[in-house]
Order: sequence, then structure tokens, then C-alpha cells
Amino acid sequence: MTRAVFEERLFGVLKWISVVFFVIICLFPLVYMVALSFKPIADLLRDPAKWWPSLEQVLNADTYQTVLKPVDQGGQGFLVFIRNSSIVAVATVILTLAVGILAAYSAARLNFFGKRAVSFGMIMVYLFPVVVVSIPLFVMFSRIGLRSSLYGLIIVYLASTLPVALYMLRNYFNAIPVELEEAGMVDGLSRFGVIRKVTIPLAAPAIAAVGLYVFMIAWNEFLYALLFVLERRDLWTLSLGVQQLDNQEVPTTVLMAGSVIISIPVILLFFLAERWLREGLTAGGVKG
Amino acid sequence: MTKREGRLGIGLILPAVLVVGLLVVFPLVWNIALSFQQARLINIREVSLVGFEPTLQNYKTVIGASDFWPVLRTTFVYTIFGTFFSILLGLWAALVLNKAFRGKALVRGLVLFPYVVPVIAAAFVWKIMLNPTFGVANVWLERLGLPAIDFLNTRSYEVTVFGLFSFEIPLALMTVIAFEAWRYFPFAFLFILAALQSLPEDINEAAVVDGATLSQRFWYVTLPQLRPVLAVLVLLRFIWTFNKFDDVFLLTGGGAGTEVITVKIIDWLTGRGNVGAAAALGIILALMLIVLVVIYMKFFYKEEVA
Repeated sequence: MTRAVFEERLFGVLKWISVVFFVIICLFPLVYMVALSFKPIADLLRDPAKWWPSLEQVLNADTYQTVLKPVDQGGQGFLVFIRNSSIVAVATVILTLAVGILAAYSAARLNFFGKRAVSFGMIMVYLFPVVVVSIPLFVMFSRIGLRSSLYGLIIVYLASTLPVALYMLRNYFNAIPVELEEAGMVDGLSRFGVIRKVTIPLAAPAIAAVGLYVFMIAWNEFLYALLFVLERRDLWTLSLGVQQLDNQEVPTTVLMAGSVIISIPVILLFFLAERWLREGLTAGGVKG
Repeated sequence: MTKREGRLGIGLILPAVLVVGLLVVFPLVWNIALSFQQARLINIREVSLVGFEPTLQNYKTVIGASDFWPVLRTTFVYTIFGTFFSILLGLWAALVLNKAFRGKALVRGLVLFPYVVPVIAAAFVWKIMLNPTFGVANVWLERLGLPAIDFLNTRSYEVTVFGLFSFEIPLALMTVIAFEAWRYFPFAFLFILAALQSLPEDINEAAVVDGATLSQRFWYVTLPQLRPVLAVLVLLRFIWTFNKFDDVFLLTGGGAGTEVITVKIIDWLTGRGNVGAAAALGIILALMLIVLVVIYMKFFYKEEVA
């Protein structure tokens, strides 16, 4: 057997082992999470090796009832956290797209003084440590009373997703042929008419991808939530809820149900728009 | 450039600039002021942007803290190995999943899961899997006849090789790095896969004709062509891992020798209520990062991006 043939065979086998390896490391933690989320904690402690739930346990979904029920009914009140996370994430998406589309159009199509500086500055901001910004924001929000409010979270999320949204959208807008817009202008559309009737429809999939990406950032965010709304349980987001309740008093499997609840929207969106997202993620990190 | 276009251009981008300026750039500047100021959480309402006695006390406090150098060391170990292994795994996955096979699309989607799942859920499930009393990892260790291991709370673990010699490994830190590699390899995977698919086929075919084996083609044909994307990935991942707070905080809270600089900053801020010290350590983090960003810009920031 020549070396070439030997290698073909060896890597042919290794390839399949690798595929199995990657599927296991990516899928197993999720399977484990979903399985545990249905089990009563006492069951798990009695026999940790039997971590999959019975059909009855899945159908009853006791842990889910506990995690969602309000605190005064002996639950963990996750419905409130779901509401908070949804408000914050949806508002962030709407605001970021509204501000970001206009800014990205400007950066892609119009010439103005200071354009390079703005683009450069946005990239710098994108690469800068969030932790450093969070300290003065903490002080600032404490002083102007925006701490312990969802508005504070929303505008911070808006500021932290704008640079990446602007960057991604600008790359997409650059890819739209200028001639199409010029044709619109010739037909008598104003600049805003062109943006609304030509640019946005043509970039719709890209805009959707950016929207999803922003939603995921806002939905998953943890540090700002910890710093800003920790003191008011009624304002906790889902991420903060799971982290804060991870203590001796709350059964682990109940929180596992909470983790599943956080992950569901993200995974659903991901399946709906996997291709857009994949392209969006690579477009966001690297030019071209 | 017409005057009207210029005005419109500025008008459209202004809201974005204002938001980012007010909520990112201004805080960064304020952070510098805070770092030279005796600011505590208790008197946070009296802290002002101007009109304070500048002092270097915060920097002395932060650098003089007994754990400053260990934290810095941990940060670099975490960042370097986290970056390295996430890219290595990503490269491996991209090479394996590049060629067509049945179910390829499905597997390519699955592989992105660790990156997409919310960090809190990912960290929580890892914590439970690695739990020494009821985690599945220890169920498996037990089946192999091994003692339970508390992966995330063991600062150093003694490994004995065939009873001949033994050495200590920083187990909790290694576990956190493994999490990092697991969580971010899909990011590297996406970039490398995109690069692989845009490689011209003819060079590879020429190498096949010349009788190069698979491994030779990888080393001498594919890998050199991947160098630009790998270089970008190394810098991006390095910067982002260096800045990372959530992962370590959620997994260990910074215990058992895993405290990185970002976790330390938040500890100064909320744990010890020393806003000034937190700001000072933040500036130190930012300065180290600026050096890295400058390198990035110098090598990868092209004219066309602007």
C-alpha cells in the first residue's frame, strides 16, 4: 500500500470518527439539558446515572409548571422574566434596526465629512471591552435614575449592538447595485423613498439576519442585566433569573427547565434562518 | 460631494453616532476620570466628572493587590489556550465538514449550537454535567472505576502516570478553557469553512497530479492559503476572549484559580464597592487591549473597510 492510499483510508475513517465526535459534543449537552429539565431533583439525586425522564414526567412537566408559576404560588416567577427579556430584546431590535439602517445607508452611499472617522470609530467600539464601559455606565445610570429600569437596559443594548449592526448592514448595502437606486431617483423618488422602496426591500433578508443577530445578543446578555436590575426581582431578565436562582434553595432541574426556556426562542430562530445567520455572522466579523 | 448630500449623510448617521458616543465613548472617557478618583459605591451619587482631587491611589491599590499578577497570568493563560483550542477545533471541524456527505447540512447546523445557545444555559448545563455528586461526567468516571472529580472547583489536581511520577494540573482553569474552546469553535469553523470553499480547486488538483498525499496537501497547499483567515481569527478571538466576562463568572465565579481580569474588575465594583479601583483595572485592561487592536488595525484594517 502506498502512502497516498494509506492516508486516503486512514483519513476516510478518521473523518467519520470526527463527524461523530462533533455531533456528540454539540448535541449531548442540549439533550442532557432537556432530559434533566423534566426530572424531579429527588429522582436525579437517588440515581444520577438514570438522567433521562420517564414519559409520565415529560407529560406532566412539573418542573416547567414550577419555574413558570408566580412566586406567591410557590413557583419561581419565570413568566415575568420571559416578559422582561422579550420587551428588552424586541425593543432593542426595533431601535437598532431603525437607527442602524439609516446610518448604514449613509455610510454605504453618501459622502460626507468625517465618514472615515465614524466608520473607524465604530469598529474600535466593536472591539472594545464591555466591562470597561459598564463601570461608568453603572455610575451614570445610578445618578440619573436609569438603574433598576428596563429602559436603561434597552438603551445600553442599543448602544452595544449598533456598531456591529451598522457594520453588517453597510456591507450588505454596498452589495446592492447603485444603478437600481439611481433608477428609483430618476423615477422621481426622494432619497428616503429610495431607502424605503428600493434599498430596504432588496436588503430584506440581510436586515432580517441582522435583526435576529441583535435579538440574540440582547436576549442572551448577562453582565448589564446583573449590574443594572439586580436589585429588583420584577425586572430580572431570564439570564439573570437563572444565574441568581442557582443556589441551594431552588432545585437544579427546575432551573434546567428555565435554561431550556431561554434557549428555545434562540434555537427556533436559528433553525428558521440558519443560512442568513451563518452569512450574517461571517459578514459581521470580516470584510469580504 | 455635494453640500446637500453631505448634510443628509451626516443627518442619517447622527443618531447612531450620538447613541454610541453618549453610551460608549463618553463612558470610556469618564472611566479615565473615575480611575483617578476616590469613588466608592456608597458615595456614588456624589461622584462627579470634574472637580475632584486626582490621585494615583486606585492604581496603587489594584496593582499592589496580592492577586494582581496571578490574575494577569490566569487571564493570559485562559486567553491564549482558549483562542488556540477554539481555532484548532474549528479548523478540524471545517476540514471534516467541507466535503460533501449525506447529512452534511444537518451536521453543519448542529455544530453551531454551542455558539448560539445562550451563555447562561450553556454554562449552567456544563456546571450540572460536571457536578461531583449528580453530574453525568462523574457517573461515567465511576463506571470506569475512578473517583469523582469536582472539575470546576479544583484548583490543582494531581495526576499520576502509571504510579511512576505525578504532576499537578490547574484543573478548574483547564475546564474553563475547554468550555471556551467548545463554545467558540463554531465561530472559527464558520470563517474557515467559508475560506475553504473559496479556495481555487486547481492548485489542489495540481498537487494531486504531482502525487502529494492528503496530509502533504493539507500542510503545503491548504494551510498556507488559510493563513490570512487564521491570522484574523487569532486576533479576533484573542481580543474577545481577553474581554470575556460571562463565561468564567458563570462557571466558577472566578474561584479555584480561574479569576480573570474582567471578573476581578466586577469584583472590585460590586463585591468590594470600590468604583475607582474597578475603573483603574479597567483602564489597565483597555491599555493592554489597545496594543492588540493597533496590531489588528495595522495588519488587517484595509482602506476598503472605511
